[in-house]
Amino acid sequence: MEDAWIKFGQTVICGILLGGMYSLIAIGMTLIMGVMKIVNLAHGALVMVGMYVVYICATNYGIDPYIGMFIAMPVLFFLGCLIQKYMINRLVEVDSILPENQVLLTVGIMLVLTEGIRLFFKSDYRSVVTSYSSDTLYIGAMSISVPLVIGFIIAMAFTFLLHMFLTKSDLGKSIRATAQDRDAAIFMGVNSSKITMITFGLGAALAAAGGSLLLPLFYLFPDVGHLFTAKSFIITILGGLGSTWGAAIGGLVIGLSESLGATYISMGYKDVVGLVMFILVLLFLPGGIRSLVKR
Amino acid sequence: MLNKNTLMTIVFALVAVALPVIIKAPYQQHILILVIIWATIGTAWNLLSGYAGQVSFGHAAFFGVGAYSAGLLTLHYGLSPWWGLALGPVMAMLIALPIGAIAFRLRGPYFALATLALGEIFRLMFLNMTGFTNGAKGILIMPAITSKIAYYYIGLGILAATLLVTYLIVHSKIGYYLVSIREDQDAATSLGIPTTFYKNLALLPSALFTGLAGAFYMNYVTFIDPDIVFNLTDISIMVILVVMLGGVATTWGPTIGAALYIIMGELFRTTLGSANVLVFGVLVCLIIMFLPNGIAGELDIIKRITQRKKAGLSGGV
Repeated sequence: MEDAWIKFGQTVICGILLGGMYSLIAIGMTLIMGVMKIVNLAHGALVMVGMYVVYICATNYGIDPYIGMFIAMPVLFFLGCLIQKYMINRLVEVDSILPENQVLLTVGIMLVLTEGIRLFFKSDYRSVVTSYSSDTLYIGAMSISVPLVIGFIIAMAFTFLLHMFLTKSDLGKSIRATAQDRDAAIFMGVNSSKITMITFGLGAALAAAGGSLLLPLFYLFPDVGHLFTAKSFIITILGGLGSTWGAAIGGLVIGLSESLGATYISMGYKDVVGLVMFILVLLFLPGGIRSLVKR
Repeated sequence: MLNKNTLMTIVFALVAVALPVIIKAPYQQHILILVIIWATIGTAWNLLSGYAGQVSFGHAAFFGVGAYSAGLLTLHYGLSPWWGLALGPVMAMLIALPIGAIAFRLRGPYFALATLALGEIFRLMFLNMTGFTNGAKGILIMPAITSKIAYYYIGLGILAATLLVTYLIVHSKIGYYLVSIREDQDAATSLGIPTTFYKNLALLPSALFTGLAGAFYMNYVTFIDPDIVFNLTDISIMVILVVMLGGVATTWGPTIGAALYIIMGELFRTTLGSANVLVFGVLVCLIIMFLPNGIAGELDIIKRITQRKKAGLSGGV
């Protein structure tokens, strides 16, 4: 009986900690989705590129992954801006039968990023080893991995900072205005094309941040991005499109359900749990968690 | 105009029938068969997503269920996998009903995401039901026919049937309903079109032929596992790219797209080595950016522009 409770507690805590980092990645996606109204299927690939930047910093220059993160974020911000300006933005003016063109373009971008990385690093599994990678923290009889705790704290700090940025600064307010109503924002003098570019860059930078935090916990290989794309779009829908806090809570829910699913159902089915929840939310709670709060 | 089209179709069919007689090397014949399989899936996808505008990111579910129907018959009952050609399409249609019931409640990007999730659920289920499906070990069968020419003509028959049925549906009253749903669903509903019914009417044949292609794939390739036939990027998204390259909502677009994609893919693979997928990805981006309606789709636009000029009208598209 005692053991069962310890197992449960550990599962819950690990799930929440992991979920905190997922939500950081998902917030990046939800920002892009809110402002540009597209599903960015290249998001996981951006996470992956960010992870590789940190990996290079760590292995070639001996920079700690948590400091490497601050190199990866500006790099990905710049990359995101370029992708938005020269690729996705072009499609806004193009006339086509299916509006899903932009989604497909992000698939193309995903392919290019993944294969570009594969060309340089091969498909090998890599990992960054730090002195504290395998350290554990004990709460009673429950053991919790240290990188998980650090990652969660940094992720929450970033979420809070982002929230302040979006609600208090002029640039943040412009981003929210563009997300709410692009035309109205343009009439109010918001430079919407600049805002869109910055938003995509910001989304990419957040993806890089989340990736860097997860780097000590995951193996790194070019295809790791797919995993994060799937998770973050589930979280985004769960939280309600374009809602920062929704995504943060959605991340925790997904982390928790995955962790519980892995412990109590089976490792293989843990991803099914998330997907089934995703479809249920789409059907019965289309506004996501945000709509529950508003009610 | 009609005569010209009929003539073109006859020429096309004759070339297709004559091809394996001219091209004798097994490798080239293999590529031709792959083109046929992809053209079939593409044409089936085009009916639901191109004409009716319900962009599905989950066609791998139908393809995989078709392929597994054939494989499981052999694995569990020792029947010839060719029976899968009968069972596969039926099973694909059976799973299409619940998928439609769930996904058609949603629109646009939500529909796309729901189909994506459903496709992934099928992959994970087949991967984990090891007792029933052999899991990641996959299913290997011994082919009864080894001649590539036989496969080529069977595949060609399937493709011809798919093209014919799609053509008939699209050029009947149903086709106009489907296009009206794509262009403006609310307007279609207000005109009294039962949109969900017609969406299902597009989904069922689409699932049927995708399942048929899956069952044929199992017979031809003789090995499947969930990560091959339920693959999100290699099946579900690949089919979208095939149709986009060839031309969305055109009769021959998917076939042209499949031919170009497979042949280009193979050319890159043999000439560029490990960079082949990278170049392929760059190409995908360029196509979507500069040819958003595909080759067949843009041909129409080009034609329209030249005709307008002849009529003395100034106008762009």
